[in-house]
Amino acid sequence: MITLDLSKKLAAATGAMQLRLQLSIEAGQLVTLYGKSGAGKTSTFRMLAGLLQPDDGRIEVAGQTWFDAPRKINLTPQQRKIGYVFQDYALFPNMTIRENLQFAVPKNQNAKIIAELIEFMELGQLQNRKPLTLSGGQKQRVALARALVQQPKILLLDEPLSALDSSIRLKLQDYLLQLHQHYELTTILISHDLGEIFKLSDRVYQLEAGQIIAQGTPDEIFIQKKVSGKFKFTGEVLKIEKEEIVYIVTALVHTNVVKVIAQTNEVKDLKVGDKVMLVSKAFNPMLYKLA
Amino acid sequence: MIDWTPLILTFELALVTTLILLVVSIPLAYWLVHTKSRWKPVIETLVSMPLVLPPTVLGFYFLIAFSPANAFGNWLQTNFGLKLVFSFVGLVLASVIYSLPFMVHPIQAGLANLPSSLAEAAYVLGKSKTTTLFKVQLPNIKTSLLTGIVLAFAHTVGEFGVVLMIGGNIPGKTKVASIAIYDEVEALNYAAANRYSFILFSISFCILLFVYLINGGYLKKFWK
Repeated sequence: MITLDLSKKLAAATGAMQLRLQLSIEAGQLVTLYGKSGAGKTSTFRMLAGLLQPDDGRIEVAGQTWFDAPRKINLTPQQRKIGYVFQDYALFPNMTIRENLQFAVPKNQNAKIIAELIEFMELGQLQNRKPLTLSGGQKQRVALARALVQQPKILLLDEPLSALDSSIRLKLQDYLLQLHQHYELTTILISHDLGEIFKLSDRVYQLEAGQIIAQGTPDEIFIQKKVSGKFKFTGEVLKIEKEEIVYIVTALVHTNVVKVIAQTNEVKDLKVGDKVMLVSKAFNPMLYKLA
Repeated sequence: MIDWTPLILTFELALVTTLILLVVSIPLAYWLVHTKSRWKPVIETLVSMPLVLPPTVLGFYFLIAFSPANAFGNWLQTNFGLKLVFSFVGLVLASVIYSLPFMVHPIQAGLANLPSSLAEAAYVLGKSKTTTLFKVQLPNIKTSLLTGIVLAFAHTVGEFGVVLMIGGNIPGKTKVASIAIYDEVEALNYAAANRYSFILFSISFCILLFVYLINGGYLKKFWK
């Protein structure tokens, strides 16, 4: 159980911003912080990790107080034992992949988890290479593995997959889910990708200007209209074309490109890049066994 | 035959100065990068002063401060038996201050240019600030360290004004190569002056070429 009650004055792009948020996350959940850039998501992570001191409030994790402004308690990042995957991965360029993982081993812990993580994340081939020679997806896997070496109970992921192309992204989402379950983590994710959020998270907290403006399951947050579709997919609009009296909307759903017919009033406030949900109700799906 | 003592003395001085500077500059540069103190601009200015001051000004004030006839010099001599004017120890101390910016600036720039997430990642992994400095930060600014070491060394080899003011011209003790050249020229002994000059010229050229080769990545194969 993580309980946060934070207030902090932040310098945002639009001037000073007062971050004020209260939230509690149950152990074992995977939750997402969602919101525009500058809403205070990364700052929340930094406060949780002890890298940024809140002006006021309290942080409690599993019954242990990490930060308490009135009682002047403030654990250092070193004492908090948290897994943190930075947006730029922050792999140490002077060390090989294996050395990066070894560096993370705490003094009195034996190093056998390294072999396990290398196996799990399929890093065997890469272990003697330096981070600069790796691709984005490979760096991401190393960063994830390194964050888990000291066996934290909490994993923070700051837009971990945003820089990757979609096929690698899907694969890494599977890794993430497996790790989350295997190591019984409480995972907090910062993400903009609706597909990712639907696939991974139990709960979503939507942040705007330092406040939580909505929270709930992904369905509750993102699906305003009540739809009882048999099939629901989220996707992104790639193209809107006018064809006689109707419009053809091309959308990217995971890795598939789908064309959908739409009416004038439906495309009225739709533009390229918008997140959409595709629902099918009238038809019964056919089932084919794959060889 | 050439008298090698001034040259040997010069390199001894440069070596000792560089080692002391390395030890002093790493914490100082680290402090300058991370501090939020309002004294930072003052300290930065003091560190950079030797870049713009005539060496004679520095030398003059060292001479006044270290002179046993004055309070500080007297205190040093009675309490520690240290005589800093016209001695090798005094030369080292003056050189350390004179070459300080050449060591501090590259290290400071190197540390400031490292992404802060590297150190933060190490802290989150439970590593202390000291461990992080020696295992993560310093190994990733090797070229800055090398630049600092080489520039401080070369600058100390090349100093004249400070050394002359505080060290004078005592053979085997404070008579370094740059002063020996001046001495020989004054004695109209151009051949000897040329020998010293040429050696200093060649060594300085080689040292700087080495830095540019390394920082330009030409020696990547040998330097990892």
